[in-house]
Amino acid sequence: MIELKDITKVYSLGAFGKRKLTAVDNVSFSIGEGKIISLIGESGSGKTTIGKMMLKLIPITKGQILFQGKDLSLFKGEKLKEYYRYVQGVFQDPFSSFNPIFKADRIFELVKSEFFPELTGREWQIHVLDALESVGLNPKTVLNKFPHQLSGGQLQRMLIARALLLDTKFLVADEIISMLDASTRIDVLNILAELKKGGLSILFITHDLSLGYYISDESIILYRGSVMEAGKTEKVFSTPLHPYTRMLLDAVPRIDRKWTTFEIPERKAVGSDTIGMCKYYDRCPLATKECEAQGLIKVEEDHHVACWRWNDV
Amino acid sequence: MKFRKSEILFFALRNTKLRIGVFIVALFAFLAIFGPYFAKYEPQDFAGPGYNPPSGEYWLGTTTFGRDVFSQFVYGLRSTFLVGFVGGSIATFIGLFVGFLSGYKGGLADELLMMFTNIVLVIPTMALLIILAAYLKYRGVFLESVFIGFTAWPWTARAVRSQTLSLKTREFVNLARITGMKPLKIIVVEILPNMLSYVFMVFILQFGGAILTAATLDFIGLGPTQGISLGLMMQQAVLWNAIQLGMWWWAVPPGIAITAIVGAMYFMNTGLDEVFNPKLREM
Repeated sequence: MIELKDITKVYSLGAFGKRKLTAVDNVSFSIGEGKIISLIGESGSGKTTIGKMMLKLIPITKGQILFQGKDLSLFKGEKLKEYYRYVQGVFQDPFSSFNPIFKADRIFELVKSEFFPELTGREWQIHVLDALESVGLNPKTVLNKFPHQLSGGQLQRMLIARALLLDTKFLVADEIISMLDASTRIDVLNILAELKKGGLSILFITHDLSLGYYISDESIILYRGSVMEAGKTEKVFSTPLHPYTRMLLDAVPRIDRKWTTFEIPERKAVGSDTIGMCKYYDRCPLATKECEAQGLIKVEEDHHVACWRWNDV
Repeated sequence: MKFRKSEILFFALRNTKLRIGVFIVALFAFLAIFGPYFAKYEPQDFAGPGYNPPSGEYWLGTTTFGRDVFSQFVYGLRSTFLVGFVGGSIATFIGLFVGFLSGYKGGLADELLMMFTNIVLVIPTMALLIILAAYLKYRGVFLESVFIGFTAWPWTARAVRSQTLSLKTREFVNLARITGMKPLKIIVVEILPNMLSYVFMVFILQFGGAILTAATLDFIGLGPTQGISLGLMMQQAVLWNAIQLGMWWWAVPPGIAITAIVGAMYFMNTGLDEVFNPKLREM
């Protein structure tokens, strides 16, 4: 349904944009109908940038995003609005997603005035109540309140309800539960899983491996803007092939294990000598001189890895 | 909203600085609006003998030429408020427009607009106004306020731009964008309401600033060729040695009025700052 082709995002920094920062480097993947794909990576890996580009909130430097076969860069004005009828997003910080000086349910009003101006207040009210019910919110407790009077979980669920008011087919969920506490987390995750059954596709952006595993059909491991490993979630998590994925999995705290010293290799000096090398070169314990920049290699059906030595180490 | 509004009103009514400021400005505004109805003469009429100290007939005395100072004073107040209102509104409006556009759009639009703003900012305003005023044969109070408005906006634009830059990174702006709202609408319904208190204060400062600039222009003889203003009164008083001749009633009232109005405006500004910003409130 939505397809990314060699997406690259380069930020220009400094005076006259002399310094370049490649936030996303040649990333390609596609998301089918009713699929949840998790995009997993550490801070600065470019996962949020990818989400924002898919929502057309920031321009793409190179590459193409296709939505139902049509190029996203051609969507402007009314066409772009139609795109947002089908593609929606929920962001990381629920408190900053609401304008603090207005009541929280204003987000529903805005959707009505932009997309459904022809509906009467009563008809719309029914839609809103339906949407709130499907995210498990009691309308009495959340309507007519200011954002600061509601909890993060309630606000985040309201944002999901907002997306449901439209004919949303694809949802970008950018770290939507990282600011919620553990008890509400699982509720929100289950709502997403429930919505998936109804045919909604979700890009689930997270830095938390266990959340990615819990919910997604496919996983993409991102490091410094490049895909390190991608494939069916079960395959990526049961037989991790890339040294980075393995390191990440080893770093996950387990509920049945006490703390032990575990060293995470740090990035050594970065400079011109890493250009053209594998992105993970300077942290990889298995790196050799031949570790050049590596595209994805197909290992088996639904499992790709960006390491040329995947089968001999 | 109800809670917040009443909270702001509560602190506004309690704030002494704001109360003093509003009282003084309201007093002079009242004089400016209703004073001319009580004035017995036109400001430029020869009302009677010159050098008359304040009396029952001439409330603020007369000038060297026998003009009624009270009439001049209340009509002058009117034009002072007109300059403040028109000049302040224009400066605030242009400043908001450029600031919002520049901050929200970013990129090339931002570069160009800020370049333009900086150019206007470094042009010595007073020199420009002097040249403009010197070229025009007939100058009215309204035209003067327009000139002042068109030269006073840059700092507002810069301040609004930086606030917009910080507000537009908040997620609710992104949410508005994926609701398909157009940039102008986002600025007006999402960003502006968050800055309303600031915009209000900017207007007050621009109001006071325009009054001061107008008074300066009038005083150096580049004020309106028709009509009367407080600055013009002061200029004439100085020109005809009012102080040296002991005619304090001619020279002092316009000076006091301008100082009091502008001072009260700044009082209101600091008072409002405390009302809108809870950290500055005295408990």
